[in-house]
Amino acid sequence: MWQFVLRRSLLMIPIFVAVSIIIFSLIHIVPGNPIDNLMGPGMTKAHEQKLVEKYNLDKPVPVQYFLWFKNMLHGDLGRSIIEKRPVTELLIHHLPYSLSLGLTAIALSFGIGVSMGIISAAAKNTVLDHLAMLVALFGVTIPAFWLGLILILVFAVWLTWFPISGSGTLMSLILPAITVGLGGAGLIARVTRVAMLEVASKDFIVMLHAKGLGKKAILLKHILRNALIPVITILGLRIGWVLGGTVTVEIVFGRPGLGQLLVTALFRRDYPVIQGAMLILAMSIMMGTFLADILYAFADPRVRDQHQ
Amino acid sequence: MTLLTVENLKVAFKTRDGEVEPLSGISFDIDAGEILGLVGETGSGKSVTAQAIMGLLPFLDGRVSGGRLLFNDQDLLAISEKQYQQLRGNQISLISQNPMTSLDPVYRVGDQIVEGLKLHLAITSDAARKRAVDVMTSLGIPNAEKVFHQYPHQLSGGLKQRIVIAMGLCADPKLLIADEPTTALDVTVQAQIIELFKQTTQKHNIGLIMITHDLGIIAQLCDKVVVMYAGNVVETGPVASVFTEPQHPYTQALLDCIPKLGMADRSLHAIPGNVPSVSTFPDGCRYHPRCPKATPYCMKNTPETLQTKNNTKVKCHQFSPQWRTAS
Amino acid sequence: METIQNSENIKPPANRWLRRVKKLKSNKAGLVGVIIIAALIFVAISADFISPYSFKEQDFSIMNSPPSTAHFMGTDEFGRDVFSRILHGSRISVYVGVVSVGLSVFIGVILGSLAGYYGGWLDQGLSIVTDLTWSLPEILVALLLVAVVGAGIECVIIAIAVTYWAQYARLIRGQILMLKNEIYVEATRSLGATDFTILFKHLFPNAIAPVIVAATIGIGQAIVLEATLGFLGMGAQPPMPSWGAMMSNGTAYLFISPWVIVFPGLAMMVTVLGFNLFGDALVDIMDIREDTLK
Repeated sequence: MWQFVLRRSLLMIPIFVAVSIIIFSLIHIVPGNPIDNLMGPGMTKAHEQKLVEKYNLDKPVPVQYFLWFKNMLHGDLGRSIIEKRPVTELLIHHLPYSLSLGLTAIALSFGIGVSMGIISAAAKNTVLDHLAMLVALFGVTIPAFWLGLILILVFAVWLTWFPISGSGTLMSLILPAITVGLGGAGLIARVTRVAMLEVASKDFIVMLHAKGLGKKAILLKHILRNALIPVITILGLRIGWVLGGTVTVEIVFGRPGLGQLLVTALFRRDYPVIQGAMLILAMSIMMGTFLADILYAFADPRVRDQHQ
Repeated sequence: MTLLTVENLKVAFKTRDGEVEPLSGISFDIDAGEILGLVGETGSGKSVTAQAIMGLLPFLDGRVSGGRLLFNDQDLLAISEKQYQQLRGNQISLISQNPMTSLDPVYRVGDQIVEGLKLHLAITSDAARKRAVDVMTSLGIPNAEKVFHQYPHQLSGGLKQRIVIAMGLCADPKLLIADEPTTALDVTVQAQIIELFKQTTQKHNIGLIMITHDLGIIAQLCDKVVVMYAGNVVETGPVASVFTEPQHPYTQALLDCIPKLGMADRSLHAIPGNVPSVSTFPDGCRYHPRCPKATPYCMKNTPETLQTKNNTKVKCHQFSPQWRTAS
Repeated sequence: METIQNSENIKPPANRWLRRVKKLKSNKAGLVGVIIIAALIFVAISADFISPYSFKEQDFSIMNSPPSTAHFMGTDEFGRDVFSRILHGSRISVYVGVVSVGLSVFIGVILGSLAGYYGGWLDQGLSIVTDLTWSLPEILVALLLVAVVGAGIECVIIAIAVTYWAQYARLIRGQILMLKNEIYVEATRSLGATDFTILFKHLFPNAIAPVIVAATIGIGQAIVLEATLGFLGMGAQPPMPSWGAMMSNGTAYLFISPWVIVFPGLAMMVTVLGFNLFGDALVDIMDIREDTLK
């Protein structure tokens, strides 16, 4: 098992380098010159030349990449063209808001989703099952930003239980977390239900009955354990989305997270920030995928021997 | 003392096109210390019989639709599911047919054996583990301690099959039902296992129902044989007499199919026709389409099970007075 | 243990389509889905005729007025009738949804089939691209593409198509891989059929079923993605009434006139629900095993 973890971690290094190259190149394909954004009225060619030199825009692209990568390893991701602050500083400031929201949302998704899925499968084809699956369907079809707005309307404006926006307090975390969590819960509930029903129809389950095990023990110890395998793969995927998948919700709730930072930077063509934010997002997704693979191997013994 | 009595057992299953009846009234019994062979082709209802005895039908969309099932004089059709759970894996054990799919892929095989032990016996984990390893070793599993900690996917088919057998033997059942327990094993291992079954049954006075299509195993191991065809028992009797003087045309045909020495001048014999599927059982005697002795009477009338010579029961019109008068 | 159920005979293909229609009729959820989709298409086509008001006519005297008998879904900050705007907005949703998914499926199916059939570096390359797109949240991918391609409705369609093509490619690749090793393919090839014939005449019809199901649900996904991009200001430009843009504009007036946000959202939810219900029903109708959709 540990060999697997080691092998998988080492694999991340070349992937990281490849991803950084892709991110860097993407930015330079985008039309529009960042210098134009900075040029105010009355600026001369000399000013432009200085700006170009300052941001290394006169050097060939591969060289620009190496300079950027080198600096990155020292923790220097450049300065925001618009905000005039180090990118790293901006990222560190925005990161916690995304992290807290993302992690809470995943916990909610998983907790609610799996519970709903188990109940649905155990009470198959009853009213409870249909109801739970209907709720799950809504979770999957509702666009997150709209749900957020409705929740704000009902719970913050009409009922004033929660603050409308902002961040930093527990109360301000709940509505956004529910918004993101519900969508994930819906998906996980559906997957859990299908997985449990599929495992329940397998031969070894009949054998467990033959051994004299009771229904509850079979359900929780054997069926659930097997059914969680596909659920865990989804969970792993979602961990990678902790930082990036909450973009619209951050904007709706006014949370200064990474998603909001990225979208604003995209609009303003603030390249260093775009690059830095995307790098962090890519890293988190890679970590997520890595964790997903580990979790998957942990859950399914058959996978551990596969990656020889 | 009779351990298990199966009397006129009927079983029905729910399928997409309605209910089918894979067992239409079978009867036999088995005593403690006796080895009974249940033989028949695929589709004869052998496995369904095992499932019925174990009370597993509800989990397979099936039910007992008639007859009686008595275990140690206890009416199995009248007990609750909870009571049945106490019998299963404890007093009545099943060794299932398909070892590839009988084990939970996410737990180690040793733990799966121990699971059954700890459920029914007041036993510590260590004692349970030791017992499991002992049984595994006696089944010829090399390095049993190591195999104990492995997962099903890491084991060969033969090893898996022996694990499944170990699960069945471990808890000291009174009645053991083995459904094709040696299909995945090569001949030498098979011989070992058969010998082990024989010894265990004698030592602990267990009743063993050996379900197989291999007549050789029946000849070697069993005291009594029950021949099944299309949901019916067609012949029951002591192995020695049934094999030397088979009375039902199906039994005769089965034995005839086995190649014997000195047959070089004859071609191999096969039974013409096919085993009917459960939804297309013929009317009258279910064997009549393939029977060389069939008459129009056989097409319309279901035969009775009659006691004939050699302490054998046969379900065939030949032995009934009505048929003789009708032909 | 061999069970009675798994030893039944296979139904002949002649009755396949009849059986499918019958199954749809008995699947109530699926019927609801079909009705919703039909209603959506009807509304999109006839929006001009059935809207009580023009979608861009402004009347500041009645701005932000709540639902009433005259304006049954209220008016927005320009005094425009919300209901009429929603009806017209359905056009954009249908247009973007269908075209982007159509494009997506087209690219995905061709590349996926080739990758599945020929294997080799084509397949490897496809795997890498699929892994990349699939491991990123779709909103991010779409945002990045919009940043590259630009805003506006055509760009949104391209962005959405590029976001989703990989999942269809992966689906059909899996199906082709499964099917190409079947015996009848060998038989056909030994009778002299070319790769092209085998691929398009034989493998395709059998492999396409899960893709159709995924595409149906995909239209719903695409509509939501379009609305999300619209909400972020990157979709159709005013005065075109895209549902996403309507909700975006309405955010500022959440306290004053919530109906401007509630109704477009409801419309979108019902639409996506329709496609999802129909898609789920299709799984049942076309006899597709659930795990081939993963």
